[in-house]
Amino acid sequence: MMADPVDNPPAARPHADESLVREIAEQVVSALNLEVSPGKIDPQAPLYREGLGLDSIDILEVALVVSKRYGFKLRDDDQENLRIFRSLESLAATVAERRTK
Amino acid sequence: MRTGPHSAAAQACLPLVAHADPRSVAAWRRGEPVTAGRLLADVRRAAQAMPEGGHVLNLCADRYAFSVALLAAVTRRATTLLPPATTPAVIAAMRDFAPGTGFVSDNDADLPELPRIPLAFSAPGDPESGTVPLVEGSRVAAIVFTSGSTGAPQPHAKRWASLVRNAAAEAGRLGIAGPGHAILGTVPPQHMFGLESTVLLPLLTGAALTAERLFYPAEIDEAIRRVPPTRILFTTPFHLRNWLDSGTTGRLETIVSATAPLSESLAREAEARTGATVLEIYGCTETGQLATRRPTVSAQWHAYDGVRLREEDGRTWASGGHIEEPTALSDVIEIDPGDAGLFHLRGRAADMVNIAGKRNSLAYLNHQLAAIPGVVDGVFHFPDEARPEGVTRLVAFVVAPGLTPDAILAALRSRIDPVFLPRPLVMLDALPRRATGKIPVEELRRLAARAASSRQREDA
Repeated sequence: MMADPVDNPPAARPHADESLVREIAEQVVSALNLEVSPGKIDPQAPLYREGLGLDSIDILEVALVVSKRYGFKLRDDDQENLRIFRSLESLAATVAERRTK
Repeated sequence: MRTGPHSAAAQACLPLVAHADPRSVAAWRRGEPVTAGRLLADVRRAAQAMPEGGHVLNLCADRYAFSVALLAAVTRRATTLLPPATTPAVIAAMRDFAPGTGFVSDNDADLPELPRIPLAFSAPGDPESGTVPLVEGSRVAAIVFTSGSTGAPQPHAKRWASLVRNAAAEAGRLGIAGPGHAILGTVPPQHMFGLESTVLLPLLTGAALTAERLFYPAEIDEAIRRVPPTRILFTTPFHLRNWLDSGTTGRLETIVSATAPLSESLAREAEARTGATVLEIYGCTETGQLATRRPTVSAQWHAYDGVRLREEDGRTWASGGHIEEPTALSDVIEIDPGDAGLFHLRGRAADMVNIAGKRNSLAYLNHQLAAIPGVVDGVFHFPDEARPEGVTRLVAFVVAPGLTPDAILAALRSRIDPVFLPRPLVMLDALPRRATGKIPVEELRRLAARAASSRQREDA
């Protein structure tokens, strides 16, 4: 069976700077109505479960906001989800890599 | 021995799949057709590892892998267990329910203390199978669990004849003739709606299932593009709203929503933008599907043929059709005075919560909270919902002098599905219980309002 084409991450990823991390933190907090201040989210803490405690409902909401703001669509399997949403930093790296606006 | 209209069907043998022609398309995997003959060859291969007469916890997310494992288990008289969540506490409850149960999964994550049953498919060069196995109608093919209202998940046994009858009733109502229909879904196969509509409906009517569990809006768009009409998307109001909000221009023939009420406005928007007929199914894990409606045409529900509702002891009971035993429903229902097959839904029972299509009872959640060592008292509260397709989260008020909120959340996370975790979790010195032990709902609303205003002060 033909494998689906996948987006292979490039060897050197575009650097997600602090301001992008902060900007995404603000969007996540506002989209999900979280009780934490955006500046207080540890960029390396897990977004799923422990850490920020997001679940799959949140991930869909965040994906929608991110796709509108940065002009790219997430289309991945569950394993890929876990990688992208591993932390604010990895989400920001994905945005930096795939954004079109 | 049971007697009555069900007994004859229950004794009879029924085909494992409805695809009479082994060359017909039984599934789509990443846009590639899989024939019924290939599916049956895969089932035969996978059946070699299934425990004869035992139990199989089926955790596959991919609907093709899920179906192969389910059918393979059925052919070995093994019963498939479908849990309401995959938290450690629920997995432990599955082990208690069926000691010795193994699990099948399409990912590498192992489960502590449960043996993995390998899921092997036939190789591309292997011969396809032209024989459709027969299954006794009385066989318990699956046990679907709800979280129940006490500590342990509640089992609901599903016999093959009942599942076949359920699928036929659904196909008849939705106008699915079988071949030429592709079934897409955003709902997991472990939940009753996903099981009956995205797995059994295609397998037992001769339609084609799609393997991918659609999650992101772009995946729904892609899935619609790569399978030919007629396409039917099974989804929830939450996923449907998220998909439309993405700005999709996808078009398809039918959208079917369930698990939570679909508003007329969302149904109207979906019909206008996708060209689809938008239908809604009402049902529950205990009974399976009960009724349908088209929200843009009428708010009234039409029960499936043979299904009848009646009121008794202040509750509504469903019986007839594919329902094996009369079952009390957990919604407030107004039956049409002239026709026991027509009704309106007037809301959920006070104890039930529904978050993005996942259901639970407050009694169960409170039980789980109270069972955490160090929690002296605690109660969950479901705030009034802002809009039907929005996501409203639970609030919990907890008395636990020696515990931090993080420790309580960590303990809850191992017990309940994450969508039911409290946001926020409010620590109190005592709960405002009355002499009877009850907490009036007005008190909970007042506490929730106070917690919200104190958070706003902190932010300022």
